[in-house]
Amino acid sequence: MEPLLVFPNPPPAELAQALDLGGWAWKGASGLNEARADQPADGWVGAVVFADTDPEEAFRICRSIRSGDIHVGSILLLINGGHLASLDFREDLFDDFCLTPFHPVELEARLKHLFRRSRQLARAEVIEYDALAMNLETYQAAIDGRPLDLTFMEYELLKFLASHPGKVFTRETLLSRVWGYDYYGGARTVDVHIRRLRSKLGEEHANLIQTVRSVGYSFGSSRWG
Amino acid sequence: MTPDQEYVLRTVEERGVRLIRLWFTDVLGQLKSVAISPAELDTVFEEGVQFDGTAIDGFSRVHEADVLARPDATTFELLPWAKADEPSGRMFCNIATLDGHPFDGDPRQILQRNLRSARERGFTLYAAPEVEFFYFDSSSASEGRPVPLDNASYFDLTTADISSDLRKTTIHTLEAMGIPVEYSFHEDSPSQHEIDLRYTEALSMADNLMTLRLVVKKIALDRGAHATFLPKPLNGVQGSGMHTHLSLFEGDTNVFHDPDDELGMSEIAKHFTAGLLHHAREITAVTNQLVNSYKRLTESSEAPPYVVWARNNRSALVRVPVRKQGKPTSARIEYRALDGTANPYLAFSLILAAGLRGIDEQYPLPDETNLNLFEIDDNERKRLGVAALPRSLQEALDVMEESELVRDTLGDHVFEWFLRNKRAEWSEFQSRVTPFELERYLGSW
Repeated sequence: MEPLLVFPNPPPAELAQALDLGGWAWKGASGLNEARADQPADGWVGAVVFADTDPEEAFRICRSIRSGDIHVGSILLLINGGHLASLDFREDLFDDFCLTPFHPVELEARLKHLFRRSRQLARAEVIEYDALAMNLETYQAAIDGRPLDLTFMEYELLKFLASHPGKVFTRETLLSRVWGYDYYGGARTVDVHIRRLRSKLGEEHANLIQTVRSVGYSFGSSRWG
Repeated sequence: MTPDQEYVLRTVEERGVRLIRLWFTDVLGQLKSVAISPAELDTVFEEGVQFDGTAIDGFSRVHEADVLARPDATTFELLPWAKADEPSGRMFCNIATLDGHPFDGDPRQILQRNLRSARERGFTLYAAPEVEFFYFDSSSASEGRPVPLDNASYFDLTTADISSDLRKTTIHTLEAMGIPVEYSFHEDSPSQHEIDLRYTEALSMADNLMTLRLVVKKIALDRGAHATFLPKPLNGVQGSGMHTHLSLFEGDTNVFHDPDDELGMSEIAKHFTAGLLHHAREITAVTNQLVNSYKRLTESSEAPPYVVWARNNRSALVRVPVRKQGKPTSARIEYRALDGTANPYLAFSLILAAGLRGIDEQYPLPDETNLNLFEIDDNERKRLGVAALPRSLQEALDVMEESELVRDTLGDHVFEWFLRNKRAEWSEFQSRVTPFELERYLGSW
């Protein structure tokens, strides 16, 4: 699992939350020295640079990255719409940018676009929540250290839910994201698989997946409350 | 390689699976298995496993004996009872001919074909069976004189009782295999139990029933008991059936539901029910396929020998459960003839085809029958226009043979093979001297 470099440290709460909810692995750095000290062996997959707090330092970081001082795949710059002019002649310092205040969906889309394309490594390869652990590399899941024997669709559904703790999904969303739009079974398929997953999680952990009345399902609770 | 096949390969590797069982079902509804080693799995996903089908009931073919088993990766499950040092998994298979076409004798693909034609109309069939069975002492069962494990009755709390313990272990195993159980309880008769499965789409349910039969029998066997789905194993006590709740969905909408109808039944539900009633006699040889099945379909109060429907009438073939308010998704009908020896793939195919025929031809639903039909005689019943289900396997086969619906639904191969096989079974039964004859006649004649 290789994290994204995030500047500054700590990043604004809404940025940290969006990264967590998206399931990104990330590490904050307050400045260049820290980014250099914490650099993974293969370098950073990418950097998310928030420029509103300290624009000068933000651009300095970008420049160091570009000079090869620290190794970073691609750079996503977050910048306030009012300061767009400061990007003039700095186009070489970032690969994409996102205006602040950002919309989490836009940020997620840009992160995916930028970092998924370069390498898939920045995605967390292990999901851990309470007693549940999922290794996305080996397709294995365990609860309380006991391996869970899941079918492919059960695994995909649990992975999707557990990647977004606390988020409520409608049956339609789950169907389209986990099964794909061409699946004919309708949302009742989701109910059937949720019930199967709960049986396999066992009585003690069945409530990890909650039914949200007349909406859909959610997994666990968000660490952001 | 599809993602679900990759998932299976990876799981087999990670979990150290030593043996993979490829399951399929013969025409009579018996589970068959071919075991392969993990090393072969890759190739088997690509090419299937070739085997000689002539030894399998209903798989014999005119020109060529060999067929291919092609595993359905979405059904991969680890077997909970496999030893820790030798994990095993199973997948259900579709059977193909050597040139890759679906094999006509494969019940699972017959159901898939019928489900596809329902899907072309936008419908998905959901089924929830209530499976009844007995536990007997295994030495008594092997001698053909079954002795129940207990003498408890309906809903008795018999916690210390071995048969309840068996049932509990069975349910845990089913749940671990992703087969959710809705209810389970001790039934009316000694050592008779019922497990009600939670609804799923019909193909998964047929797979689940095949798994359930194995699990119930295996867990009993491990503890020196014999479990049986035989419809009427004991004289004088109620037999075992498999009442099955059915509903049709169009996407997320239960098309059996109509809030404005007095019964909560949509036009589709009414036509479907009418179709089932209209063709019930034709499909009975498959839904009740043993000589013994017809011993259950006679006098017993839970088994419906008459072709009528009702909300609350235990003598009715189709029951329309009265539902809790505001639960449109639970609108359903209950087909009560089925027993636990039927081939679920073929039985669901025929039930679906009969119902769809009712919808396509807009059969009118006959009036509800609230009479207790056990209390009126045959003449009165005929005067009321109430048909009876076939009284014997022979009669059921005669009716089936005339049915174009059954032939179309099962395909020529299975239709003809089934009739031949069951005719032979009937004539073998006919030529046997039964204990009844000896007890009744030997002394006085």
